[in-house]
Amino acid sequence: MLTPILAVIVRDLRLALRRRSDIASVLFFFIIVVSLFPLGVGPEPAQLRKLAPGVLWVAALLATMLSLPRLFADDYRDGTLEQLALAPQPLGLIVLGKVIAHWLISGLPLTLLAPVLGIQFDLSGEALAILTVSLLIGTPALSGIGAIGAALTLGVRGSGVLVSLLILPLYIPVLIFGAGAVDATLTGTGAQAHLSLLAALALAGVFFSPWPSAAALRIALE
Amino acid sequence: MLETSDLECQRGDRRLFAGLGFRLDAGELLYLRGHNGSGKTSLLRMLCGLLPPAAGEIRWRGQPIGKLGEDYRRELCYLGHHNAIKEELTPLENLLTAAALADEPLDEDQALDALETLGLAGREDLACRYLSQGQKRRVALARLVNERRPLWLLDEPFVALDVAAVDLVAGLIGAHLQRGGLAVLTTHQPVEIAAGTVRELVLAREMTAC
Repeated sequence: MLTPILAVIVRDLRLALRRRSDIASVLFFFIIVVSLFPLGVGPEPAQLRKLAPGVLWVAALLATMLSLPRLFADDYRDGTLEQLALAPQPLGLIVLGKVIAHWLISGLPLTLLAPVLGIQFDLSGEALAILTVSLLIGTPALSGIGAIGAALTLGVRGSGVLVSLLILPLYIPVLIFGAGAVDATLTGTGAQAHLSLLAALALAGVFFSPWPSAAALRIALE
Repeated sequence: MLETSDLECQRGDRRLFAGLGFRLDAGELLYLRGHNGSGKTSLLRMLCGLLPPAAGEIRWRGQPIGKLGEDYRRELCYLGHHNAIKEELTPLENLLTAAALADEPLDEDQALDALETLGLAGREDLACRYLSQGQKRRVALARLVNERRPLWLLDEPFVALDVAAVDLVAGLIGAHLQRGGLAVLTTHQPVEIAAGTVRELVLAREMTAC
């Protein structure tokens, strides 16, 4: 049961390593967007601290968004998606593998970069730690929910824009609790509640989204 | 073993075929013929379960394939129009990944042998994007060497292949039929395949708008 999931993860990671420019463009986008804010808003520490959680989280959402249209499109184009759909295990499990791989390729590097970028916003050590933890918990939800959008828009012209329209509204809860966790640390009320809710969203996002995604993929393959 | 009755295919508002029924038993080969756009690929995709028929039923060992689900998918091997290989991976990696995803045991030696059979010796470690069209098709077809599932559905398997490779693949299909397998294939080339029973199904032009 686990072998096919592992096989998908290994395959997608290997493909990503052979095509590093894809990962690099997502990370570079994240770095640039986040770095533009201190330049644009001005170097006032109090103001930057206030902006930081929102800016970092919105940039993470948009960067994830950027990598979503390709999640299934390549497999669809070269026929491997048909083979995945015909594999003897449920397509949902394979999609779960792809979601995990997508997180390892986009969500995890974003999370690791965030504390470094957060320094530009004069965040304290504690706030940086909470920011990293919130991204670590929240980004899997982005990959999971995003997979539904990527599957629904598969084979549609202009799917990039359509994915954003479909998925960004669904990202709002993740954004609120993710940025809220950092905000709460800054104001001293504790991030525990936000992080718990974020974890709940991530669990639901990762483990329930593969099934509607699989259904959408089957329709796209007809 | 494989039976269809009253199959109907509709693409858009055009009906490609209707009332199609056939029966295929162990060791038998079915050629699908018809002009371009007559629904050969659609029929193959229906037989795999990728495309639900507009009407009619497909049965495998007497059971409708929709009900069998995973048990049916475990018994079929489909080779589509696209090669289903990753350009960034080498032929060897492609073969091993495909086997792992299909939940079939395949070790590296078997995979190397399969590639050698298809004349790809020396190309195992070259990314597939550097291969020619025919060589890519050979990589896709290398799956068939160790494939022991009973039902093969092959969409234009001989396309882009040279004469030697066509004979080789015809031999693979022949051996599969000898083992008691079933094969359905579409082709525009006249190819000699050693098989006990060869059936032919011609999808005739039917342009009725519904």
